[in-house]
Amino acid sequence: MNAPDYHIPGSTPASPPATSAANEVTAARTVNEVLAQSQVEAVLDELDRDLVGLAPIKQRIRDIAALLVIDKLRMNLGLAAVAPSLHMSFTGNPGTGKTTVALRMAEILHRLGYVRKGHLVAVTRDDLVGQYIGHTAPKTREVLKKAMGGVLFIDEAYYLYRPENERDYGQEAIEILLQVMENQRDDLVVILAGYKDRMDTFFKSNPGLSSRIAHHLDFPDYAVDELSQIAQRMLMQQHYRFGEGAAEVFRDYLQRRIAQPHFANARSVRNALDRARLRQASRLFAERDRVLSEADLTTLTPADLLASRVFQSPSP
Amino acid sequence: MMTNPTGKITQGQFSFLPELTDAEIRLQIDYGLGKGYAWSIEYTDDPHPRNTYWEMFGMPMFDLQDAAGVMLELASCRKTFPHHYIRLMAFDSTRGVESIAMSFIVNRPENEPGFGLARQEVRGRRMRYTLHGYASDKPEGHRY
Repeated sequence: MNAPDYHIPGSTPASPPATSAANEVTAARTVNEVLAQSQVEAVLDELDRDLVGLAPIKQRIRDIAALLVIDKLRMNLGLAAVAPSLHMSFTGNPGTGKTTVALRMAEILHRLGYVRKGHLVAVTRDDLVGQYIGHTAPKTREVLKKAMGGVLFIDEAYYLYRPENERDYGQEAIEILLQVMENQRDDLVVILAGYKDRMDTFFKSNPGLSSRIAHHLDFPDYAVDELSQIAQRMLMQQHYRFGEGAAEVFRDYLQRRIAQPHFANARSVRNALDRARLRQASRLFAERDRVLSEADLTTLTPADLLASRVFQSPSP
Repeated sequence: MMTNPTGKITQGQFSFLPELTDAEIRLQIDYGLGKGYAWSIEYTDDPHPRNTYWEMFGMPMFDLQDAAGVMLELASCRKTFPHHYIRLMAFDSTRGVESIAMSFIVNRPENEPGFGLARQEVRGRRMRYTLHGYASDKPEGHRY
């Protein structure tokens, strides 16, 4: 009944477009050709340049990039390349650059053609877990749909699982997440991030999740040298600079600050600089009649830093 | 005269063409997403031409970047309603437009009996005409 008894224009299946022949010509045969086509080298260099330290992370990203490039070459030769699982977990102390690297990761994977759109959807427990029965599944699915074609970044992922409450809806979100991570592997990449110790207990209580994540990246803490480099870069971005002797004072500040509790690496550096800016502003504000030059407005003096609470306790 | 020459209901875009494959549907979705449309899925088992509002399958999908999300939802709708009509609709939220910009059927029953023209004779031997779906005599859920 469905088949018409006369010819409908356009109903004959069109012959497949002859793209395969054209592909043969442009298909890359060497690593350099793939790199030239995907511009991934530029992203990796940028990563090296812009991010201080993090040597193991950079190495792992290079490894992943290499695998994807080689897979592309294999594909061009018609060898079956199973899409590698690229779900990752980023663990590390606060302020070690997990979110920053995740953003870069989305771009790298996009350049390599592993994800189609290369956007990053950053969510926390609130965006995934609902408040009443039947609320969680649609909510999680909606977030997953938004992230498709890109990277889903779940910050503080250990909050998803609350062992103390067995009726917690977080478990439901994890189950949906697992299902999509397994079945839609080429549609999205999931990155879980959180502090090391809490993520370890989280993975221990969700072994299925841990085994579906191929890359467990641990972000090391920064050394003092790296932190001062980070401080210099932050100041440069905000058009400030350290005045005479201020860089050494800041180094001293860092050494004292690291020894204190709640040290959050680059985030603490940013906060310290923000407070120094406040002190600089009030210092300049006090001199009502002075003509302020550009140097005055951009320079942080040692006095701005030495006023910090950290210097009031004796040196470690 | 044949009232149902192609043996299938022709509503929305592409309905005189052969059925779109999943790859083609994906391309259409990507086109709409590129235009900033929000896709939604609707289904019905009463495809009368004047039945404008079909049942919604889930919420309209705003803020999507890639067709995979819509295809995922479409797959689950096809699984739930394998013998219903399912259509994809793209909502253009531009101020002043705010209406459906694209709409096409992506799933239909194997057997579509079509519509009959019902005639009613009224005063003065005048005729009144209406369309009546052959399938709609059966109760909801048993039509196709």
